[in-house]
Amino acid sequence: MTTQAPPKAVDGAIGFLDERFGTAGFLRGKMKKVFPDHWSFMLGEIALYSFIILLATGTFLTLWFKPSMSEVVYNGHYTKLVGVHMSEAYNSTLRISFDVRGGLLMRQIHHWAAVMFVASLTVHMLRVFFTGAYRKPREVNWLIGLGLFTLALLEGLFGYSLPDDLLSGTGLRITQGVMQSIPLVGTYLFYFAFGGDFPGHDFIPRLYTVHVLLIPGILLALVGAHFMILWHQGHTQFPGKNRAQKNVIGKPFYPVFMIKAGAFFMFTFAVIAFLGTFAQINPIWLFGPYTPDSITAGSQPDYYMGFLEGALRIMPNWETNLWGHTVSWNVLVPALVPLGLIMTGAALWPFIEQWATGDKRIHHIADRPRNAPFRTAVGMTAVTFYGLLWLAGGNDVIADKFHVSLYATTWFFRFAIFIGPVIAYNVTKRICLGLQKKDADIVHHGVESGVIMRLPNGEFIEVHEPASDEQKAVLTGKDPLPELAIEAEDENGIPSPSARGPLGKLRKNLNRAFTVDDVPADGHDEGHDDTSPHAEEELQPGGVEPGGTGGSRAISHH
Amino acid sequence: MKWITAWRRRPWAGYAVVLAALAIIGVAYAGVSPRTDRAQAAAAAASDQDVAKGKQLFNQACSSCHGANAEGTKNAPSLLGVGAASVDFQVSTGRMPAMNLGAQIPRKKPVFNEEQTRQIAAYIASLGGGPAIPSKDQVDPANGDAAMGGKLFRANCAQCHNFAGSGGALTGGKYAPPLTKATPEQIYEAMLTGPQAMPVFNDTTLTPAQKRAIIAYVTQTRSEPNPGGNGLGRVGPVAEGLAGWLVGLGLIIIAAMWITARKPKKKHNV
Amino acid sequence: MSETNETHGASSEEERAPKRVIGTPPQVQGHDLLPSDGDGGESSGYKLDPVKARKAERAAAFFFFLTFLAGIAFIVFYAVWPGHVGNDDIVRAMHSNYALGTSLTVIFIGMAVGMTIWVRHLMTTKEIIQERHELASPAEDREVFNEYFLQGAEESGLTKRPLLRRSLLLASAPLGLLPILLLRDLGPLPEKKLRHTSWKKGTRLVVDGTGQPLKPSDFNSPGGIITVIPEGAEDNLDELAKATVLLINVPEDQLKVKKGRENWNVGGIIAYSKICTHVGCPAALYEQTTHHILCPCHQSTFDALDGAKVIFGPAARPLPQLPLGVDSEGYLIATSDFHEPVGPSFWERGRPKV
Repeated sequence: MTTQAPPKAVDGAIGFLDERFGTAGFLRGKMKKVFPDHWSFMLGEIALYSFIILLATGTFLTLWFKPSMSEVVYNGHYTKLVGVHMSEAYNSTLRISFDVRGGLLMRQIHHWAAVMFVASLTVHMLRVFFTGAYRKPREVNWLIGLGLFTLALLEGLFGYSLPDDLLSGTGLRITQGVMQSIPLVGTYLFYFAFGGDFPGHDFIPRLYTVHVLLIPGILLALVGAHFMILWHQGHTQFPGKNRAQKNVIGKPFYPVFMIKAGAFFMFTFAVIAFLGTFAQINPIWLFGPYTPDSITAGSQPDYYMGFLEGALRIMPNWETNLWGHTVSWNVLVPALVPLGLIMTGAALWPFIEQWATGDKRIHHIADRPRNAPFRTAVGMTAVTFYGLLWLAGGNDVIADKFHVSLYATTWFFRFAIFIGPVIAYNVTKRICLGLQKKDADIVHHGVESGVIMRLPNGEFIEVHEPASDEQKAVLTGKDPLPELAIEAEDENGIPSPSARGPLGKLRKNLNRAFTVDDVPADGHDEGHDDTSPHAEEELQPGGVEPGGTGGSRAISHH
Repeated sequence: MKWITAWRRRPWAGYAVVLAALAIIGVAYAGVSPRTDRAQAAAAAASDQDVAKGKQLFNQACSSCHGANAEGTKNAPSLLGVGAASVDFQVSTGRMPAMNLGAQIPRKKPVFNEEQTRQIAAYIASLGGGPAIPSKDQVDPANGDAAMGGKLFRANCAQCHNFAGSGGALTGGKYAPPLTKATPEQIYEAMLTGPQAMPVFNDTTLTPAQKRAIIAYVTQTRSEPNPGGNGLGRVGPVAEGLAGWLVGLGLIIIAAMWITARKPKKKHNV
Repeated sequence: MSETNETHGASSEEERAPKRVIGTPPQVQGHDLLPSDGDGGESSGYKLDPVKARKAERAAAFFFFLTFLAGIAFIVFYAVWPGHVGNDDIVRAMHSNYALGTSLTVIFIGMAVGMTIWVRHLMTTKEIIQERHELASPAEDREVFNEYFLQGAEESGLTKRPLLRRSLLLASAPLGLLPILLLRDLGPLPEKKLRHTSWKKGTRLVVDGTGQPLKPSDFNSPGGIITVIPEGAEDNLDELAKATVLLINVPEDQLKVKKGRENWNVGGIIAYSKICTHVGCPAALYEQTTHHILCPCHQSTFDALDGAKVIFGPAARPLPQLPLGVDSEGYLIATSDFHEPVGPSFWERGRPKV
């Protein structure tokens, strides 16, 4: 294969590039770059492909969209709006929807891709968090990812606001109201951003530039950096047979991973095109043009802003007036605290973990979530917190569809937002411990085969098969945390200076939280000789049918 | 069927099944879209005979709550002066006679037919005037200016009934019902009389022509197809977010599982 | 391609015992046969079962062909389908969306499935083990780097010449301010604009959307509401965002009139700002049975009978009330502007007047 010369045309092209850029030498090693395979490693790719789709369809939309708030009278093909005064932005969006062939499809694909972009960023981020893939050396890429996520939220909000329909205008109105409530500079920010009174005539053109140029530019740069760092550092892999910190097992980039990625791009595009065809999104012609005196029931932002909306809804109406100045806690707290808690917490987490555990090692093996119960539980706490706020953002739809009292839903969320995360923390920790115990059990006693055997004394037992080497490698693949040096005491039993004081105590407590729930999975499988190579050999031929009927092999072979 | 046995043993089979089930539920739920049905109420002149018949029906079905002479009791309001329009709305939408008094009396199958409804309305109107049942022409959507109607609808109706008339929540378990089933007459009567929690829009505030415009807007909107596919209940971004997560992300993750799954290997010991 | 065994020995091991460990990573195949990553020279991969490979190839080709057909269909739909251009029928838009969208979906599904079959059943590339490179540079590199760095700093003179260093810092200090300064003309200063609306003594209330003025006798039904705006502000969105008012007819005997507002209503007809004091949505849901005004955005609830007092939700202040009167022709008018700023709170707003 390697001795054969490539076809002439290809050789010519390769030669052309190589003589000018030295591509062959550069790419020689890169082509074989190994990527580990796991479905959860592809979640970030969904985001990447959604982003590409967003760029392509967005460019298409700019060809017709007019980011102007000048008033025009509609005279298009949607009869129910003929003669209605509206902004040029809304008018041109109607035109894209009804007068440009494929325009409605592209608009819907653009919007669905935005929904999928943020959704996939979220699940990708959760995967990275729960598997500890943000640990050294990947902290910087984690931070870049958080930056991408934050910008994606903003980008989505701005895009949602551009068509100037009733819902997007309401969203802008809320944004403006929040802006106005910022202490000291709020009104100035508002008047500068809007170029005068709300809604004014400047905001949508300004938003447009930010939406189509500024943020996508930064996103593109960050995506590039994110991907280059990933390429340079290599992807993490889950524990398994032969897998180690020092190696990576998988198929090479060229030709396998390349085509897999291509296929996955096509799948992502297909699903988004499917949604764009069969599920109507943001029907702006039904909403009507924005006027500040109109409103619709069920005024909601897109889902990714839902948690902020939920926070605004369940916040009690606190406001203080001191020395002639008003501070609106009822707006400021929900606008800043949830997002601040989640994003700051996420940004600091890798460093907090390093500090608390003293773990400065390089990690290329991803944790299984159960093996890091504290991290997993904290993660689920955040997920529950976010999820409850998200649901609270749709409490009117919940109240309407399930016929419960609107105020009851608000009260429920007011309490649930504090109780829910606590429950989630404890339940998650229990589950993790249970799973760890089960793992240890499998390592020591094997897996249930589904075969019931009757002993001579009449007792029924289920035959356990020894776990496979591979399975054992997975189960025992956890990496115990190193002991923290600060816990050392000197000969008089006095803790070292670094362990004293509030910070030292906090560190000690955190360290305990990180390390306490660990059920060792390995270490004592002596006495179980059923893992001998002999047994393995015997089992192999029967390894086709994992079902109950095939399970008898273990007995018949022994 | 061996492949099923093989597949369901895979580590991700559980997730796949759950995702598929959720996706199916999501699609099925979204598939339930609003339907239109129109009943035409005949507005005919009330005769003395109608009034007498109406009184008879009233005594059987309504007087236990509204009082023998419609003067009202502690359970139900007086009907003196509410007018024929109000009676026609309440009875023809099946809200009256009410079965039980919850936070809000729901629309249901009417107990009385068109003629009986008209007779009860005639009787109540004879007790003290009030707004009359609108004429056919007054509510004919074909003569309404839907663009003007849309503007008025967004300023005065959408805050409760939602942009497409899909309904919405009010306080204390009350709700603004969806406008999917209301006939043009009923829409007109509702605006005129303000049933239950709904406020009143009398003819001097919103003229009959303007009401007809709103009717034109509502009926056109509900019968117009969704050009972009399934309307997802026309309730806005909440349903869209749900569809994106369950259907969109669900399908893509199933694809990811397929791409990265190990090939189910057959036994080869040649 | 002539051998019939598809896999090498160790790889069939994975389907062994039932895997109870949900969510575990895919199983890796036997150690011995995993080639490690050398520079070429390793074996050229799996051998495929020719019968199965043929089948897989046909399947992949079928899906690629499907994509081709769908591509043609897309072009045909776009060009030949009457389309909806020039037609005012929303049904056309729907058909076009279905036709173009379905073919686009099939285009990508065909590609995706074809490529997946290709990569899963026709590629012979084996899994390989690759060594990870140490990310940190060798100690020697770091030493040399440090040395160069210090040497360069020394040679540049920056460390030895404080005047140079400080004046350079000074020179760049204002540069950071320029971009911020340049943004000053984005908008005017707020001044007192948030404190006033265009309502003034004598402004007629006109119905939003129709522009018709109202007499108390026109608005005489108990339980009636209507959105009204200042006459002349119909097309001024900036003004509507502040001055829109909810006109409500409440039972006069139930109205709790606040001190100093005795003549702000006209026989039970009262007017409150429609702009919510929370973040500015139109608070517009009125329940005539409870006389509550509800904002659909965040569900702040106000009591129309009691000066629009907040009874639920995140809004902190009542909706400002507009004093009403009747002019010489009998039409409803405002007798002054709102006595407090409308809409969301802001820093300079100060204590609300009670």
